[in-house]
Amino acid sequence: MSTLDAHAGHHEEGSYLSGPPGIMAKVWQWATTVDHKKIGVMYLFAVLFMFFVGGMAALLVRYELIDPMREVLVQTVDANGDIIETTATQGENLKDLFEGLGMHEDLTGTQIYNRAFTLHGAVMVFMFIVPSIPASLGNFFLPVMLGAKDVAFPRLNLLSWYIYLFGSTFGILSILMGGVDTGWTFYTPYSTTTDADHWRVVLMVTAAFILGFSSILTGLNFVVTVHKLRAPGMGWFDMPLFIWAVYATSIIQVLATPVIGITLLLLIFERIMNIGIFDPAMGGDPVLYQHFFWFYSHPVVYVMILPAMGIISELLAVHARKHIFGYRAIAFSSLGIAGVSFLVWGHHIFTAMGELAAVLFSGLTFLVAIPTAIKVFNWIATLYKGSIVLNTPMCYGLMFLFTFSIGGLTGLPLATLATDLHLHDSYFVVAHFHYVMMGGTVIAFLGGIHHWWPKMFGKMYNEPGALIGMALVFIGFNVTFFTQFFLGTQGMPRRYANYVDEFQTLHQISTYGSWILGLGMFVHLAVFIHSLVAGEKAPANPWGGLTLEWECESPPIEHNFHHEPIVKHGPYDFETTVPPHWDPKDYPIHPDAGKATH
Amino acid sequence: MSTMTDTNPTDVPQSILKSPKHWRNRIAGHHWRTGDEEFDAAKLGMWLFLTTEVLLFAGIFCGYAVFRMMYPEAWANGSHYLDWRFGAANTAVLLLSSWTAANAVRCAQLDKQFWLRVNIIITIACAALFIFIKLKFEYMVKLGEGKAPGTFFSYPYAQDPHEPLWWSLYYIGTGIHAAHVIIGAALFGVVLYYAKRYQAYGPTQYTLVENAALYWHLVDLVWIFLFPLLYLIH
Repeated sequence: MSTLDAHAGHHEEGSYLSGPPGIMAKVWQWATTVDHKKIGVMYLFAVLFMFFVGGMAALLVRYELIDPMREVLVQTVDANGDIIETTATQGENLKDLFEGLGMHEDLTGTQIYNRAFTLHGAVMVFMFIVPSIPASLGNFFLPVMLGAKDVAFPRLNLLSWYIYLFGSTFGILSILMGGVDTGWTFYTPYSTTTDADHWRVVLMVTAAFILGFSSILTGLNFVVTVHKLRAPGMGWFDMPLFIWAVYATSIIQVLATPVIGITLLLLIFERIMNIGIFDPAMGGDPVLYQHFFWFYSHPVVYVMILPAMGIISELLAVHARKHIFGYRAIAFSSLGIAGVSFLVWGHHIFTAMGELAAVLFSGLTFLVAIPTAIKVFNWIATLYKGSIVLNTPMCYGLMFLFTFSIGGLTGLPLATLATDLHLHDSYFVVAHFHYVMMGGTVIAFLGGIHHWWPKMFGKMYNEPGALIGMALVFIGFNVTFFTQFFLGTQGMPRRYANYVDEFQTLHQISTYGSWILGLGMFVHLAVFIHSLVAGEKAPANPWGGLTLEWECESPPIEHNFHHEPIVKHGPYDFETTVPPHWDPKDYPIHPDAGKATH
Repeated sequence: MSTMTDTNPTDVPQSILKSPKHWRNRIAGHHWRTGDEEFDAAKLGMWLFLTTEVLLFAGIFCGYAVFRMMYPEAWANGSHYLDWRFGAANTAVLLLSSWTAANAVRCAQLDKQFWLRVNIIITIACAALFIFIKLKFEYMVKLGEGKAPGTFFSYPYAQDPHEPLWWSLYYIGTGIHAAHVIIGAALFGVVLYYAKRYQAYGPTQYTLVENAALYWHLVDLVWIFLFPLLYLIH
């Protein structure tokens, strides 16, 4: 940088990815960075790694379920030519698999299965999906979309990241020691008395406890950032809807997570010191644990889905080049969902409460459908007469509308007391929440990663490759989980390693689907690696977006903007605004754009 | 941020006059337009954090309420085992320390460096006294009599089978509160170090003093609820 430039205020700043020479210097720079972009990228890779671990566990679960465990008659011929009949157990697939690897030889097939699904649930919930979108894409884009240089408390942000790593270490330690079989909900008295190694349960619960602090601090940071760091000219209703969604999410994180903190702390005391709070033998109440647990864990479901809804609002508007329909309705429905989320925890424990309470919780649960449906209708209205570009982010947006609607609507029979009697704890529930969590959050996350990939890394991804991955994910996901609705209505209970023969066909289809889904994810992984290694350089605004991140370079410079941005148009005014960095040869924009007078 | 520099500003020793940590030399973080905005943000963040603390203790209060409804006899007996005089003494200690914590903020605003340090030292001393009374006259004595939580309970004269639960709630509630007292005292220890070493807090820069005091008031407030619930209600 020349002295002249410095005086003129034109800093020649490099991209945030450019670091000092030398590998150790780079590692040190990333490990001590307070830059929200670097922290967001580190979170992105960490949660994707956790997604891989949890996904592998899911494939194990499906592998066990490809056939039932059966006692079969085996006939062998001995030296004398006599036929000897013995019985053998077939279909203990995980046991055979791990025996082949020389692991877990002392465990039965069902015990290994219990550990596999607990591992899947605990890793996916606590280490992947809760931090997924807010901590990675949220960290990277929330300040940029607000026009800020960083989050409100950059050092606290780094602390959140290290707390996340620290907590995850405990979880991984527990897994490496053999894992736990309590289910991810750690229900008492099972989690306090199960004969699995004492310390594995304590470690896993401690992991969830520590991860909670990471979640609280990230949420707190985002709330303050939204309140205090909006760019000049950006009022509350000029914020992109992704920000509204992350804001609502952060409020839930701040208000719900402390309750799981104290609950898990009590559980740790219970396990180590037998304090008796949740132990019926001493007058304690295991149902109290369930109330405490779901008082956090239901709101946290909306921590998972709300940021996904925020991404969808961005994807559909930008890739249809259409003003979002019902901006305020979408913004307020995010807050509405956050509010209602605190009043519905009882629907996880209908059978553990009185009839009146159950009816009330059932009614309150139906309320969730209203703000959710408002969003879905507004998204569809946004697409109407839009110039839809069927690229990967848009396809994921459309896929979200399809799968999330199925997930949402199948929640209604589960909220209805009469039908829930038949459906609860069945595969219908499994299918329902996978359609919401995976069909909602993961699909939107994937769409969001593709949407913002060029901005984050300055490289384009291979569009045909990503579309193939997208198609495989769509097919695989629906084959895996749609079958499970039928299994559930036919009476297949969840969490069982074994089943009657009638269910085998559907279970097999579901398992084949999980392989297609896994293949789709690996195609995406290959596309991402290809992009990082050999991707074309991305333009600053490849999609024609109007929110502030598209005014940055791709990838953004260290302090995001060369000059503090001043917001002069709404985030979705595609009909009146020429996108920043627009080049006419790249893509067409609305014919009236730029003609309106401000 | 209100500033009052008219009353007895402290002389700054030459050794720290130019230190970037001295309050006159502190500058806002690069992502803030002004120091005032940074101060407001830090305070908003602290209030949000206090909300999470309230919710954390809400779990304990909720457990207390549930078991009080289930086992009113055990709960009535439980509070008879506690001596209200020790609780009242600790309440007085905490109220005094909250007053000195508030004074510390005011002294920072007025640049009265000596009295800032005195108030912080009294606050930390009160925290130590609180913990001392708690351990010496309550925990040690009770545990010595077998009034321990859960399965460790061995008090031979218990009148209700659910008294171990009462002690579980008592130790968890007061124990987590005591942990907060220690954390708060440590926070004031940090403030004291920077105040002594750099005169880091003054009329235009007292964020950490203010936030430490806010935290301390919450610790006090939680005790204000724990004291009657555990010691006074029968």
